[in-house]
Amino acid sequence: MPEHDQAPPCDIHREDAGTPESGSSTPQDIRATRRDFIKSVIASGVAVSAAGYVVVGRGGEAFAQAAGTVTRLVTLNVNGRDRPVDVLPNETLIHTLRYKLGLIGTKLGCDHAECGNCTVMLNDVASYSCTTLTHAVRGRKIVTIEGIEGPNGELHPVQKAMVQELGPQCGFCTSGQVVSAVALLKHNPKPTVEEARIAMSGNLCRCGAYDHYLKAVMRAAREA
Amino acid sequence: MADKLVGKDFTPVDVVAKVTGRAKYAEDFRAERMAFCKTLSSPMPHARIRSIDTSAATKVPGFLGILTADDVPQFPPPQPPILSKDEVLYVGHPILAVAAESEAAAAEAIEAIKIDFQQLPHVTDPLESLFPGGPNARSNGNVAAAQINLQTLKWEAADFAAAGDDKLPAGKPAEEWKYGDVDEGFKAAKLVIDESFVAGGFPHHSMETRSAFAYWEGSKCFLHGSNQSHTSAVPNISRFIGIPPEDLVFIAEFCGGGFGSKIPGYPNMAIAALMSKKIGRPVMHRISRAEEYAIGSARPSFQGRLKLGFAADGKILAADLYVVQETGPHQGAGDFRSAGNCLSMLYQPAAMRYRAVPVLTNTPPTGPQRGPGENQFVPIIEPIMDKVARELKLDRVAIRKINAPDSSSKIGSDRGPLTSAFIKEALDQGATMFNWEQKKARSGQRNGNKIIGVGVGQGYHSAGSNGFDGLLRITPDGKLHIHTGVGNLGTYSHSATARVAAELLNYNWDNAIIERGDSRRGLPWNSNQAGSLTASTQSRTMFVAATDMKAKLLDIAAQMLGGAAADYDLGDEKVVSKADASKSITYAQAAKKAMELGGKYTGKEVPNDINPVTKHGVTMIAGTGLIAVAKDNLPRVGITPGLTVSFAQVELDTETGKVDIKEMLCVADCGTVLHPLGLGHQIAGGNVMGIGLAHLERHVYDPKLGIPTTQSIEQSKPPTYLDVPAEIEWGAVDKPDPQNPVGVKGVGEPVQGSGAAAITSAIADALGGHLFNRTPVSLDMILNHLNKRPQAHKPLQINTV
Repeated sequence: MPEHDQAPPCDIHREDAGTPESGSSTPQDIRATRRDFIKSVIASGVAVSAAGYVVVGRGGEAFAQAAGTVTRLVTLNVNGRDRPVDVLPNETLIHTLRYKLGLIGTKLGCDHAECGNCTVMLNDVASYSCTTLTHAVRGRKIVTIEGIEGPNGELHPVQKAMVQELGPQCGFCTSGQVVSAVALLKHNPKPTVEEARIAMSGNLCRCGAYDHYLKAVMRAAREA
Repeated sequence: MADKLVGKDFTPVDVVAKVTGRAKYAEDFRAERMAFCKTLSSPMPHARIRSIDTSAATKVPGFLGILTADDVPQFPPPQPPILSKDEVLYVGHPILAVAAESEAAAAEAIEAIKIDFQQLPHVTDPLESLFPGGPNARSNGNVAAAQINLQTLKWEAADFAAAGDDKLPAGKPAEEWKYGDVDEGFKAAKLVIDESFVAGGFPHHSMETRSAFAYWEGSKCFLHGSNQSHTSAVPNISRFIGIPPEDLVFIAEFCGGGFGSKIPGYPNMAIAALMSKKIGRPVMHRISRAEEYAIGSARPSFQGRLKLGFAADGKILAADLYVVQETGPHQGAGDFRSAGNCLSMLYQPAAMRYRAVPVLTNTPPTGPQRGPGENQFVPIIEPIMDKVARELKLDRVAIRKINAPDSSSKIGSDRGPLTSAFIKEALDQGATMFNWEQKKARSGQRNGNKIIGVGVGQGYHSAGSNGFDGLLRITPDGKLHIHTGVGNLGTYSHSATARVAAELLNYNWDNAIIERGDSRRGLPWNSNQAGSLTASTQSRTMFVAATDMKAKLLDIAAQMLGGAAADYDLGDEKVVSKADASKSITYAQAAKKAMELGGKYTGKEVPNDINPVTKHGVTMIAGTGLIAVAKDNLPRVGITPGLTVSFAQVELDTETGKVDIKEMLCVADCGTVLHPLGLGHQIAGGNVMGIGLAHLERHVYDPKLGIPTTQSIEQSKPPTYLDVPAEIEWGAVDKPDPQNPVGVKGVGEPVQGSGAAAITSAIADALGGHLFNRTPVSLDMILNHLNKRPQAHKPLQINTV
């Protein structure tokens, strides 16, 4: 059954979620024209300053980023595509993904490696992107929730199973749960419930939906 | 009802968005020229602001503006302010906000602001504040709640002396009620118990922090917020912003958890909105986890005393409950009140007295959290019921059934009626599923360093209301649009209840469209998505709106094909003549005809009794199809109780104190089951939260400095996969509530309480019936008890590690 998938029209309000993969600039282009680079990387015409967000606010106080901090252009392999992006020295991967590459499916729950909402795969290993420095993952294969579906948008067996078992409640932790489950099944295609429970234990769910998530992981393992 | 849809599983439309990461929460939105804001909050638990110097902040590159208490609407204390003006009341109390081109610049500007604070005495323990000469959390009082005016209340030193260290003193209460002859009941009792207790508070810690994003178009404010309710929050959020409700466009399709902390909107939402207005730019206000701890609400702690008198058969003849609530610095919630009602509901004492004092403290604001009051209370009383059962040589399930309500029972001081209660049936069903008779024989059995405990717990919350509006629309393409103004907390009840309308209108569910989550879609006035209300209230509003729609469809058919409305009935998405099945109109044709007719058929005229919010919602869609809109005026007399029972078997490790939950199940009396998969999900999730309440989660303060030490998730300890059983079984009594047209009652809250109570009951059972009279029952408490060491906390101390 369809639900309105678009809000009614609204002039100033544009969303960058829809086309995260459309950046096509090469590093050469970027060095040539920096303005064009920012536009193309953000990919939807949203002129949010790339350094707009504070990286890791601890204890309720934000650490101000020193004015004039030098960013460095790097290329990241995200969801199978090379993505050029300017990165601060202290920048965490979730910051780069959400606020520079527009990959907002990865959620920021705690920013302190406590909840797992921000889980992505790095070379097929489930990792917290909130406490991974972006500079440290150059050359690795980064897969976010946006890279889990098949090339034609078909749901991954884990996603199908999560729909069938009604895995999520509020849904905020779900991206991380899905990515952790996919990473688990890559390494251990037929886990026991106990193995699945341990593998998923880095992903907190405040709604307490563990029972349904685990059922979904086991169903995906059966049906994949 | 035909039950083609009600009681059947389905795939809610929003679940795919959740598993693909496409679901958009408030902080996922962006706009061109978006500015950022950060708040400056108090580093002290209680202080007066003598002066604020912002001169250096305004010179930070990228600075755009400052919002102070002078720029925002003011509300009478103890309502929470948006920004505090003169006095800060807890560590993390927001004082002002700064906007800048970047969040980093806003943070830098915040660092450059100098505030001169005068430190004031602070208090984190209610009993300390009630002691003669004890500190007050606010300069204008130490006791307040809804229906209890802000006041200063001190007990007598003699009250404290009489109670000693391990009993709750019983000074002057802020409110009390009684029924029956309590003194006579205690005199007649064969067994009297008198236990003082502490029920610990803990943060809500919703996974999505309460970030907000706002911008304006003329007088209209567009606000993306994280909220568990939708239309019911609009008047309140508008009040925070200071605009008429119709000028607020509220967008909240998804809510990353609320648990009671995001019910009717909250003051923080207004900061992004008012800052945006002030600087003329869209504003993003991200909230960090530590900020969420401070402003994201918490369950209040109780310090209490419970005296119960039992007849030889286990019936409670008299009950006397005193609750002191640690409310935080603002008005807080009425948990103390609900604890009293819970006792009168679940255990039906023949006579009862209830007293309470909600005390203000310099700790982060508290508010309702899933089963507010009931869920602090049941994990305390249920092990006490076990102890009494042992002393009276009764079965532990039997003593609960002896005292349990049925549909003819009464509740509270006014002895009000119930719409239905089938908890005895739930106890029986749960005992059978759990195999209680066999399992209870395992109590106290040892296996190496492990001891087995089995427990049973009950839960209650009122789970029904009425008086909201239903709104349906059939567009000329024949589509049924089901407009719903409840939120999306993750229960899927926005869709489960919408199926009532589709079923009554013989409509193919796959063709129906749910309209929700955005004011511009035309949303009716509906209940909070809280208080276990959605299933009950929305099944009613869907029923009345579908009844109106059906009447209009039959009426239009009669106008088009002749005869009277009574000559027609609803077929499969068409209106068919009863006499001649070949005479029919499709819903699409009816909608087109409605657009010719106008007036009440297209929402140009609406009933007088519908809420102004619904009237405004109808204006958004008027003229776009055949519109049905009606207020739920169906009768409902009495409290509608949602009731649950949980059973658990645990293994308690005598060397580590760890409680390993081997088996857990829960049975609900929630009326007719609307959506089995969704119900099972709520039951399991609620029991998981109950596990956290029973033995993991806490709020800890340094009492000398008033500084919180559990600001992060890991420190507060909500349960993980490894703290809970892999599977939680569930069942439902599935007996309809006679005062709901579909038979539905809610169930979201009591599942946490019964789950928590089953765990405290099982832990006590493993320890031979030992009563800790405290939650959470932490590992060190278990080890201290086993090793005959004194506990690390004082008897009535709260917020301990």
